[in-house]
Amino acid sequence: MNTRIQIRLNGKILALTVPPFKLLLDLLRDEIGLTGTKEGCGTGDCGACTVLLNSKPVNSCLVLSGELDGADIVTIEGLKIGPHLHPVQQAFVQEGGAQCGYCTPGMLMMTKSLLDENQNPTEEEIRFALSGNLCRCTGYAKIIQAVQTAAAELRKNEAGK
Amino acid sequence: MKRPEPFEVFQPVSIREACELFSKHGPGGHLLAGGTDLVIAIKEKGLVPRYVVDLKKIPSLTGIREASDGSLTIGALTTMREIETSLLIRRKYPFLAQSAAEVGSIQIRNRATIGGNMANATPSADVAPALLILNARVKVSRSDGEKIVLLEEFFIGPGKTIMQQGDVLTEILIPPSPPDFCGEYIKFSPREMMDLAYVGVAVGVVAEGTRKLCRDARIALCAVSPTPIRTRKAEALLLNREITASLAERVGEEASNECKPISDVRSSAAYRKEMVRVNTRRALLNAAAGYVDNLSWTARRDRRYS
Repeated sequence: MNTRIQIRLNGKILALTVPPFKLLLDLLRDEIGLTGTKEGCGTGDCGACTVLLNSKPVNSCLVLSGELDGADIVTIEGLKIGPHLHPVQQAFVQEGGAQCGYCTPGMLMMTKSLLDENQNPTEEEIRFALSGNLCRCTGYAKIIQAVQTAAAELRKNEAGK
Repeated sequence: MKRPEPFEVFQPVSIREACELFSKHGPGGHLLAGGTDLVIAIKEKGLVPRYVVDLKKIPSLTGIREASDGSLTIGALTTMREIETSLLIRRKYPFLAQSAAEVGSIQIRNRATIGGNMANATPSADVAPALLILNARVKVSRSDGEKIVLLEEFFIGPGKTIMQQGDVLTEILIPPSPPDFCGEYIKFSPREMMDLAYVGVAVGVVAEGTRKLCRDARIALCAVSPTPIRTRKAEALLLNREITASLAERVGEEASNECKPISDVRSSAAYRKEMVRVNTRRALLNAAAGYVDNLSWTARRDRRYS
């Protein structure tokens, strides 16, 4: 019953033979060993499992491996640029935008996606974009601050080019 | 969280091939579009498909097209996020774009499709009232041809449509609307994001001149009947009348009489009826006042609830 798929994962082409009913989340964590992507609710409510699928953020807990042939997937492991943290990661570190850290990979992937589209989001736009990412440690103040800091950094990098 | 039991996933490249897969493999097959309902049904509700037919390799099911007469064709696999952000839809029918933006999160809306959402026939589907006031039709393909039905007649009960196994919903068709048609959708829910509607109300009107003489009126509700519905008696109260605050009150009362809500974990039936009354009035008065461009999400929300 296995199916053969070819995907691009964090920039690398992989040919895999997988059960088509396996969730993308489990494929990443259990088969490929990339455990940065987390399972929270398992039903698309919490955003902890967010990855970029063909450049768009999705809940990997609701994607089947059998739909993935030809897909381009970026996980939290693919965010850093060479040896350096991505500006979004750096900003979350700097602003203390994480406590237990469980929601953080999803928050970071969603933030990257937001800032790819809009480098100067308002607070409202940030809250709107992150509404599908739940943090249960505390509130969202530092997370939003981190997104704003990352946005400013990205704008600065852009201007410096 | 439970994991799926084994099943095959087929990826046909044409509608014909998709239909044939169902006749070839028999009962127990399920269509897969975005998976935001199907995979949750597998994980949470004990659904065990024998096989799944993924539609995403069929190119003709994507895209939003406008014809020269102003009608729109929306491919069934168009995602909620594509509808939310489509410049064409935002310009022509901002309330439809907004209703799509009310669904789940961006992650969900990047996967959830308009065709899947309609075929799933959830009574609380936010996009349904917006499509109902546009007199939308759906095109359904089956092995022996295709047919086009009014969305209003497509839904037959909670989770039930006229579709049978092997049918594929291929397009949403929106006929041209009158030139000055203006609509409003209000989702009334306890949380602003990531929640289902207690009540959803869409109102579309043509309000002529400064007196707001009503030349066309369409009202649709979700989450308050076994299917999303039009409220024809409430609409009839409006035709060729001036849209005033007191008429809007009466229209709200009539819409409230026409719906048949249930009591559940979210809300009592009585509260839902009351919220239909209030939000129909609000939606009607906002639709009659016309579109306001370039408002932020919260500014639009504040306008809806004022």
